[in-house]
Amino acid sequence: MKRPLLEALQAARAAKHPTALVTDLNDGRQTLIATQVAGGEPQGDLPLTAMQRTAVEAAVLADRSGPLGEDANLFVHVYNPPLRLVVVGAVHISQALVPMAQLAGYEVLVVDPRKAWANSERFPAVELVDGWPDEALRGLAPDHRTAVVVLTHDPKLDDPALGVALRSPVFYIGALGSRKTHAGRLNRLRDDGLDDSALARIHGPIGLAIGARSPAEIAIAILAQMTQVLHGATPLVKETPLGSDAAAAQ
Amino acid sequence: MAKQETVTAGAEDLLAEALSWRGQGHKVALATVVSTWGSSPRPVGSQLIVDDQLRLQGSVSGGCIEGAVVHEAQAIMGGAAAKLLEFGVSDEQAWEVGLACGGTIQVFVEVVE
Repeated sequence: MKRPLLEALQAARAAKHPTALVTDLNDGRQTLIATQVAGGEPQGDLPLTAMQRTAVEAAVLADRSGPLGEDANLFVHVYNPPLRLVVVGAVHISQALVPMAQLAGYEVLVVDPRKAWANSERFPAVELVDGWPDEALRGLAPDHRTAVVVLTHDPKLDDPALGVALRSPVFYIGALGSRKTHAGRLNRLRDDGLDDSALARIHGPIGLAIGARSPAEIAIAILAQMTQVLHGATPLVKETPLGSDAAAAQ
Repeated sequence: MAKQETVTAGAEDLLAEALSWRGQGHKVALATVVSTWGSSPRPVGSQLIVDDQLRLQGSVSGGCIEGAVVHEAQAIMGGAAAKLLEFGVSDEQAWEVGLACGGTIQVFVEVVE
């Protein structure tokens, strides 16, 4: 790969532009395409037809690297911006979840209006978003590449966040709380005009049933469940044994 | 809503590392998984970078073919053309290295010019 092309790729990634690099596997010629950028002309020495460009855009949308259309000699490498995780609640579990999710490749943001919880002392390496959760979350324009977990355990912070998340296309919504807490939450959200099919999107009690107890273990259960949902994997446990899930420790 | 600070992600950025090594004056090769059949340890798009001091970051398998990839990368850093390598049980050519999991993968190796 030519160095200017690599630098252009890195610049596009830093600007969070969905980008694709097409390589001719026979001779190494390459072209970089930053999609969704006005005037984003392809750069490189591999000419592409209009049909091939359309196929590249489809690959970017599907977030799937692989052969370009029928041509096995052309490889399209999709570089999408990282998936996002919005953590509502700068709580103890979040302190464990933030670095774990960052390691897994997520861009993480923590939403909490309470300065005593959301400060750089407790969260040194993550973007903290001030403001009431519904307003803050709306401002982040959650999309199908975003996960939202609400962990404040306080209905006046959790519920507004869930209201926004449920009216967005995010791929994962999780809410901390026991079954009893969760049942109460569902009733309040129903009163807020959300129907059962919408409410079924909430993973609550949050996390896979791995017997998690400590904040770090609960964070593992949450990240594992997000991963499972992201990749459409079959649940490991169909019937959750009572008292053995993350909620048991809450 | 106010953003209090900017952040660096915790995830590895192999391409940034490759540019950094290149900036230090080293030769750098980039290996990318471009296709897989059957079970394979790392998905399409996975990358390994190696430099002329044999510094390594990333992976293209669970470790079973990295040695062969690095061997080829050294030739490419030495001036050979970019190359598509294939590994797997069905491969009867030069590559003796098989995948423990029984799959087949193709790895494209190129130099960062």
